[in-house]
Amino acid sequence: MIARNRAVDTFIIVAAMLLAWHALHHAVGATALPGPLPTLGYLAKFVPTERFAENAWATLVCFFYALILSYALGLAIGIWLGLHRLSGAVGEPILISLYTLPKVTLYPVVLLIFGLSVSGRVTFGAMHGVLPVALLTMSAIRNVPPVYLKSARALRLSKWQTVVTLLLPAMLPEVASGLRIGFTLTLLGVLLSEMFAAKHGLGFLIMNAMQLLQSEEMIAVTVMLFAFAVGANAVLLAIEHRLHRRV
Amino acid sequence: MSRVGAIRLAVMASAIGLLELACRTGLIDHRVVIPPSEMADALVRLLIGGQANEQIARTFGIVVAAVAISVVLGFALGIVIHALPRARVALEPFFATYYAVPIFIFYPVMIAVFGLSVVPILLMGVATAIVAMIIATLNGLDRIPRVLAKVARVHRMGALASALRVKLPAAAPYLFTGVKLAVSYSFIAVIASEFILAPAGLGRILSDAYSDFDNRRMYALMLLLVIAATVVNMMLHALDQRWAERRGIAKP
Repeated sequence: MIARNRAVDTFIIVAAMLLAWHALHHAVGATALPGPLPTLGYLAKFVPTERFAENAWATLVCFFYALILSYALGLAIGIWLGLHRLSGAVGEPILISLYTLPKVTLYPVVLLIFGLSVSGRVTFGAMHGVLPVALLTMSAIRNVPPVYLKSARALRLSKWQTVVTLLLPAMLPEVASGLRIGFTLTLLGVLLSEMFAAKHGLGFLIMNAMQLLQSEEMIAVTVMLFAFAVGANAVLLAIEHRLHRRV
Repeated sequence: MSRVGAIRLAVMASAIGLLELACRTGLIDHRVVIPPSEMADALVRLLIGGQANEQIARTFGIVVAAVAISVVLGFALGIVIHALPRARVALEPFFATYYAVPIFIFYPVMIAVFGLSVVPILLMGVATAIVAMIIATLNGLDRIPRVLAKVARVHRMGALASALRVKLPAAAPYLFTGVKLAVSYSFIAVIASEFILAPAGLGRILSDAYSDFDNRRMYALMLLLVIAATVVNMMLHALDQRWAERRGIAKP
């Protein structure tokens, strides 16, 4: 019953968004904003082409490397700041103020260091993803109830056993939230870098289509990225909920 | 100053010092990063010369407008949604997914619809901030203790009096969290929009300076934005702490 209700609600939201899109399309005309149906038609024709495959692949490769980098660095920093109390107290405000900084302003530095290359886009993507992963991992470690550690001592668990059987499962749900937010922000970073200066990738396709006044292509790629982000988030959110229930 | 604060300051100072040293000794190429002292010098000259004043006023004007719209409208929408439980349940998945979508990919669409002007930038600022304010409002209204409503009834307060004098102060800390998020989200969205494509503004002249290989100007503007973001966030944090102390729930 609840599941069915939720499906109905999601359907209503999607329908409302399509209606709003259609209304805006009527208000501003087809050259500025094509309607939903022509866009989907275009998307169906565009996806099988080689041009789309090339650019989607370019984005995917950058995103994949950037994601690995954000997760590895974010987890390492988070675990360090979570376990070492003084480092955590010193580092947390620095991380938070970096988090609220508009990182686009730093993109020129990345470009000057790496040039217009894949490594530049990967670095910029990772710059977005590292911070939420680190911050949430740190708070996950701090939020492990002290009584768990006491019972580990009472059971005379070794350090290794404590980490594997107790700390990791206890912090997993919150770390999963960090990884989910890191996923989103890394994607944003990669797309931003492609929008500003690149000759490949879906972000480049959007900007290029806008400058050539090819609204259909611009909206089609945007809608596809939107669907990808929503779908990926739904999967990650489902995993996260399952982890939360287990604890 | 506390010991932790002193260490933090030392860490940051030595990071800046190391960068300065690396630039001065040529370890980092001057064409890539200029020494921090030169960045500061360039920024001071830029501010005194006043060449960027118009852009600074424009960008911060847009940010202030975006924050004001997001906070007022987000608060109002939050109250309406809170009053309609069925609508709220329906909107839950929408709120849960909203920040998972890189909303910024809609900026080119906004430009196509509204033209290359201040409107799409303002809309991006509002779009990224308003949902945080709505969520914070819902959160705050949820957490008003039941007993306070009873107290208001005991004192025979009217609906308006109890809303203004009991409910609003009780929800205030959560609302303030929303305001804090709205400020930093709008700031990020406005700067990013200007940086990617805009007729004017700080983000635009920053990306122009990059294209012109004008490193002094570019790093001056970068420093300005970093300082602005840090100062605003520190001020909001300090306000938050002061209010928490007044309510007696501050962390020691």
